[in-house]
Parts: sequence; C-alpha cells; structure tokens
Amino acid sequence: MELILEMLNFVFMRRAIMVGLLVSLCAALLGVSLVLKRYAMIGTGLSHVGFAAIVITGVVVDMIPPAWIMGFPPLARMIEFSPIILPMLVVVGAAFLLLRLSESSKIKGDSAVALISTSGLAIGVIVMGLTTGITLHICNVLFGSIFAMSAADMYLSIVLSIAVIALFVLFYKQIFAVTYDESFAKATGTKVELYKSMLSLLTAVTVVLGMRMMGALLIASLTLFPALSAMRLCKRFLFVVITAAIVAVVCFFAGMVISFAYNLPPGASVVGVNLVVFLLSSGVALIRRGGRA
Amino acid sequence: MALITCRDAAFAYDGKVVIEGLNFEVSQGDYLCIVGENGSGKTTLMKGLLGLMRPKSGAIEMGDGLKAIQIGYLPQQTSAQKDFPASVYEVVLSGRLNSRGIRPFYTREDRQVALENMDKLGIAPLRKKSFRELSGGQQQRVLLARALCATEKVLLLDEPVSGLDPIVTAELYQTIAALHREAGLTVIMISHDVRSGVEYASHMLHLQNRQIFFGSAAAYQESDAGRYFLRGGGPQWN
Repeated sequence: MELILEMLNFVFMRRAIMVGLLVSLCAALLGVSLVLKRYAMIGTGLSHVGFAAIVITGVVVDMIPPAWIMGFPPLARMIEFSPIILPMLVVVGAAFLLLRLSESSKIKGDSAVALISTSGLAIGVIVMGLTTGITLHICNVLFGSIFAMSAADMYLSIVLSIAVIALFVLFYKQIFAVTYDESFAKATGTKVELYKSMLSLLTAVTVVLGMRMMGALLIASLTLFPALSAMRLCKRFLFVVITAAIVAVVCFFAGMVISFAYNLPPGASVVGVNLVVFLLSSGVALIRRGGRA
Repeated sequence: MALITCRDAAFAYDGKVVIEGLNFEVSQGDYLCIVGENGSGKTTLMKGLLGLMRPKSGAIEMGDGLKAIQIGYLPQQTSAQKDFPASVYEVVLSGRLNSRGIRPFYTREDRQVALENMDKLGIAPLRKKSFRELSGGQQQRVLLARALCATEKVLLLDEPVSGLDPIVTAELYQTIAALHREAGLTVIMISHDVRSGVEYASHMLHLQNRQIFFGSAAAYQESDAGRYFLRGGGPQWN
C-alpha cells in the first residue's frame, strides 16, 4: 500500500497509470472481437507501422529547421501539442490499407499483416540508420518507457479512450453480430464493412496511444491476453467482454506496481502479469473440464 | 403476386458469368429446394436472393413488400463459430439486430420474440448454455431460431444438414417442414441432398451454371435431370 502511494506521488507515474488503464481497457474490449475474428495479428502489424511512423516523424521534425516549422503555425502547434498525432494518422491509414489488402484476397489476411509489419520495422530501422546521431532511443520505442507521456498526451488519450469505449458500448450488438457471423449480419442488412472499418480504426488509435509506454513490440499483447484469458473462463460473450476488461485493468495496475517496485520496464512487466493470469485461467479451465468429464 | 421473381437473371464474378438463364418464381407458402453440384452457382444465386450481389443482367424482383434483408438466413457455419463463447440466448437475440432500425440496445419486444422462437424450436431450456457446448443438431436449431427472429415470411437455408448424422438430419428436416406447414413460412433451401429435397419440397430448382429444371417436385422426379440425379453417380449429366 505504501508502495502504491509512493508510486502515485510522481506526476509521470500518475500520467502513465491513467493513460495505461484507459488504453488497456480499450485494447481488451477491441481484442475480444479481434481474437474471435481471427484477426489478432492486426495489433502487431499496426504497432510496427507505428514504430516506423514515430521514427520518421522524429527524424523529419528534427531535420526541418525550426524557423520553417514556425512558418506553419498549425503544424507547429500540432507537433508541440503531441508528437503522436502524426504517427496516429499514418497508422490509421495503414489499418485501412490492411483491411483492403485482406479483402482483395490476392494477399491473404495473415500474409498482409506480416507484409505490413515487417515493412514497417524495416523502414523504421533504415531511417534510423540513415540519420545516426538523432537522439531517439530505439530501446524506448521498441519496449516502451514510463517517461513518454506528456500532459497533452494524457488528455489526448483520455478523450480518445472514452470515444473508443463509448462507440463499443453503443454498437455492442452490431459488434457482436459482425464478430459472430459476418454472413448472417450482412444478409440481414448490417453494414459489415462499416463496422469492420470502425474496429480497425479504433484498434489503430488504441495501439498508437499505448505504444510509447508499452513499446512497439509489446503493445499488441494488450489486445490478446485479456481476451484469451476471459475466453478460458466465460461462456457468454457479454461476460467475456466484461471479464477481459477487468483482467486488463487489474493486470496493468499490478504490472505497474511490480515495475515500480523492482525498477523493471513497465511494458514487459504488464505483459508478464498478463501471461501469469492467462496461465492461471487456462489451468482453471482445464480443471473445470476435467471435473465434468 | 409472387414473393420472389427471377427474370432471366445472370450473375458474374469479375465479368465471368457463373450462372445464367434463371427464370423462376417463389410464391407465398412454397418450399423450394435448390440443388446442383459444387460450383453450379447455388451459393451465387443465394447471394443474389439476399441482395448481397446484383444480377449482371435480368432481375430479381421482390413482391408483397418483401425486402432482401427480411429473409431469415441460415448460413453455413464457419470454423470460428465452433469455439465462439456466446450463450444460446445471445445468438438467437442477434437475429433481431435490424428489425427496428439502429438502436443501441435490444428492446423488451426483441427479447420476447427471441424467447418465443426458442420455444418454437424446443431450445428454450438450453438458453443459458454456451453455443460451443451444443451438439451439431442443437446448434442448427439455435441458428434456425435466430433466422426466425429476422423474418416473418421467408427462410433461406444454406445446406442446413451438412455434417449432421442421419437421425438428427431427419429431425431437422421435420422441424423445417413443420415451420413451413404450421407457421406458413416460405422456405428456400440449398441442398446436396436431392432425395430429401424431393420428399419435403413443393418445388425444385436444379442448377448447373444455368437453370436446368424448375417446377414442382413431382415433375422433377419425372424429368431427365431429376431421374439422373436421384439415381446418383454415373457420367456428367448434360
């Protein structure tokens, strides 16, 4: 308890926890649908594109003479306000590209994701290689950093997270129908493509929001683990969604406390806790099934 | 006026015609069985009936104020559904999705309709069970109840008995026949099973990338196509 209070004394910790809790919640809600639609890899794909986008914007912004940026007040204000807005736009674009690619059926879904994610990584690394001397810590981008959150980032995260959660609740029955059975949903007049686009868009936003704290390589796990753990424990879709949300929030908080107590990277700690919960819930499912059989 | 009228309709993917020469009518209270080999255009026609694909030429007309989205559809199950965590009630209720425009939550009426349809198909006791724990026959009943939630007039069934054992298959056919007879629903069924088709359906439509036969089930048994198909096997019929 003392540890937690001590942790909350730091401004950067309060920010990180606030943003992290909201992002975990969003990621868990979206993750249930992504996992069940066999679309779980999209998080990985998008985070790698995000990596490239963050590196490139970092480099480009550094290369442009400050006087030139100041000549375009809107751009200057945007970069000043929050450096994640530009990457977010890029990742949203990538999300739509992924959706189109997997629909065109020339490149199947999993190959399309692999294609985009490795390309993203490669481009990011090339840009880094071309511009040695840029003060961008690759380790922080890949594995996350607790100091990444500015106040502006926090406000942006709060607003977008609330938007994600609100859309999810409002369109819950459509999301269920599209996740459960696309062909039936389509036949009864649901705009399946619209809701799929919405899911991709929301996933892109969530991934970028959480990426700098959790790291480009680890953010995708926030969409996977809570959903998978909840699916081990629950039989109803609504309960799966609720359990996933609870698991995500609890695991995030526990991960942060552990990270603070033992001075470990936050992203990896959160994923570690998630892994333990997943193994425990798998164990519970196994025992239950064994008991019944 | 007929519920559904197909006038010289043809469907194509990327400009390549998959099926053509479709001329048939479905009237209120008919039970139409659509048969044909794999790749004969059954699925394409089904998409056309559901309004998911436009005919390349000709037309599909809906009469009696029927809209394509008011057809209760029983699709083939996907592998992802087999382990989907959803209760029977949740699945059935999702059939009411578009019955009353866009609203955030289901209404009391939606829940009432879902419960009635579960009763009708004898799955009310299963309503809290998980869909993935049910047997194949029970799962089809659940999806049938969901289809009933989406329609008052027409059921469109895509290979409803595939993967079921003979006893459960017979039971499901009887359930469908009862819905047709007692609830007065118009049934359109896509099937490989020509023999059961002739037994239960009032009309048959035989496809082979074009319409080979359309007429009453009795006439089908006397036709060349019907005789060949009912006998089964042998060289390709042309």
